[in-house]
Amino acid sequence: MFSGAALGAGVLIVVVLFAVAMFLVIQALPTFSAAPADITGGKGFTSYIFPIVIGTLIAAAIALVIATPIGIAVALFISHYAPRGMARGLGYVVDLLAAIPSVIYGAWGATFLASQLKAPYQWLAENMGWIPIFGGPASGTGKTILTAGIVLAVMVLPIIASLAREIFLQAPMLHQEAALALGATRWEMIRMAVLPFARGGIISAVMLGLGRALGETMAVALVLSSGPLIASLIRSGNQTIAAEIALNFPEAFGLRLNELIAAGLVLFLITLLVNMVARWIISRHKEFSGAN
Amino acid sequence: MATLMTERKRSALTRGRLPKYTPYVVAGSAIVVAAALMALIGFNAFGWAVLSAVLFAAGNVASSAVVEGRRRATDKLATSLVVGAFLVALLPLVSVIWTVLVNGVPGLLTPGFLGTSMKGVTGAVDNASVAGHTQVLGGVYHALLGSVLITFWATLISVPVGLLTSIYLVEYSADNKFSKVITFLVDVMTGIPSIVAGLFAAAFFGLIMGPGTKTGFVAALALSVLMIPVVVRSSEEMLKIVPNELREAAYALGVRKWRTILKVVIPTAISGIASGVTLAIARVIGETAPLLVTAGFATQINSNVFAGWMASLPTFIYTQIMTPTSPSNPDPSAQRAWAAALLLILLVMLLNLGARLVARLFAPKTGR
Repeated sequence: MFSGAALGAGVLIVVVLFAVAMFLVIQALPTFSAAPADITGGKGFTSYIFPIVIGTLIAAAIALVIATPIGIAVALFISHYAPRGMARGLGYVVDLLAAIPSVIYGAWGATFLASQLKAPYQWLAENMGWIPIFGGPASGTGKTILTAGIVLAVMVLPIIASLAREIFLQAPMLHQEAALALGATRWEMIRMAVLPFARGGIISAVMLGLGRALGETMAVALVLSSGPLIASLIRSGNQTIAAEIALNFPEAFGLRLNELIAAGLVLFLITLLVNMVARWIISRHKEFSGAN
Repeated sequence: MATLMTERKRSALTRGRLPKYTPYVVAGSAIVVAAALMALIGFNAFGWAVLSAVLFAAGNVASSAVVEGRRRATDKLATSLVVGAFLVALLPLVSVIWTVLVNGVPGLLTPGFLGTSMKGVTGAVDNASVAGHTQVLGGVYHALLGSVLITFWATLISVPVGLLTSIYLVEYSADNKFSKVITFLVDVMTGIPSIVAGLFAAAFFGLIMGPGTKTGFVAALALSVLMIPVVVRSSEEMLKIVPNELREAAYALGVRKWRTILKVVIPTAISGIASGVTLAIARVIGETAPLLVTAGFATQINSNVFAGWMASLPTFIYTQIMTPTSPSNPDPSAQRAWAAALLLILLVMLLNLGARLVARLFAPKTGR
């Protein structure tokens, strides 16, 4: 009886995951068979989904470019630089960053951060405007994809930091002590004994952060004033899949509903791919490291 | 004798080290120089602090490069970067909490904010309260109730499924192929974007109940898709660390396996399981995106999760910011939104604290 219930729960999880994929596919199907003119934009599903896929990738890329170095440095600080007694407490502080709900980050980004960034964007547009990504005129509200990317960076930072910290703490102590005994400075020790060991773990931490950044909805929905795909990061424009769904789903009906679910399916597949690659790297890394 | 002293001073071990007081001198001069520079371009405290820190790091690295050589200078540079990155990472945390506190406290202290709903609070009411400088009407009672009910139902679904799955993985599966599949899928589930979970629940109920079905229960189902993997992972970890001796002792006394699990294994691990569940609740109570597509937006109290739209704290914050009740006077809406945000953060923090407390309270007695 009891073992049956336990097995049943396990089966249920498998069923749920397949159900997620299946229901999304069923509800998305009408989109693919619909006449191209009926799809939003009037040119078929591919040209509807393409700009927002690229927008999603841009936002996630900005988030990772900012969060990866800072996240790794924060993890190093907690594992190798902070005094022993403080390290635990600092770990909690970083976890606190992860505990704040995303809608609050979104509200903070839309009201506080966006207005703070207006002046820097103006400066970028005037002085670096010849680089396409900083092309002017800068947004007057600061609600741009760059702002959204920065908010996303804040949200993925604790993920990268806590996973990287775990890996850094597992680095073999003997190697580290040997490096120090040979006269290496602390940084040389980290570069020679810690980072090479942690490479696989860092990559998978970044991939998991990427998965989060791709799927994050509220920060983008609240912060970005969306528009068509453009190259400039400091003008209002661009859109991500998750925000597109959240903004339009409540009022959607008929084919539009199917369309948004199809967009969700695309997002699901992208994050699924990213997460599977990350897990694969972790499992491969486990065999090599011998850490237990 | 004198030559010997100088020889000793130049020995390879002590040569070229900066005296111990160097960082303090550098810090002092960095602060002074930064103040002078800020005075030239217009003073503000934040810029002063940042400039001092940058000058301090640069001064440290430069002095080290001159006296101690390239390797030690690189080490100092790396240390400054790592410490600097940590401080930068703290900035958003402090800023978010400060923003929410400053904007949220007045609204949260408004009488009736916790006890009333938004029923009957229209744009005209907000305009009147702005024009007459009276207190902002309307509150979060309906949203708070909705959040609690939806999370309660999500917990009710997720905890049995999650706990039983972890029991299967640890106690019954014996690491067979199927358990590997489950573990992998649970990992994959952890990465499902929250909006996709919401879409799944919406699509599921759309098929069986007709399109556009939005109730609290649909939202609870969406949240449990997000919650189950968290519960599975944390309880699996906890069950794994229950020592095998306890199980074997129970078997030796002739106790059945299911009874062993219920009476020995779970009570031993209950503190960890309970704190894991609390953390999972803390995680889903702040989820917004799945609720947007599954629960709709309500302005009045609805305590029935199976019928009608339901408000929740996160969606309340979202709608009050995105579509203010009175478009011409968004301030009352902003005040309500921030107050709700403060309430939500307090809830999440309480749950996080509660998780630690629970872990301590229910920790197995060691017998001494």
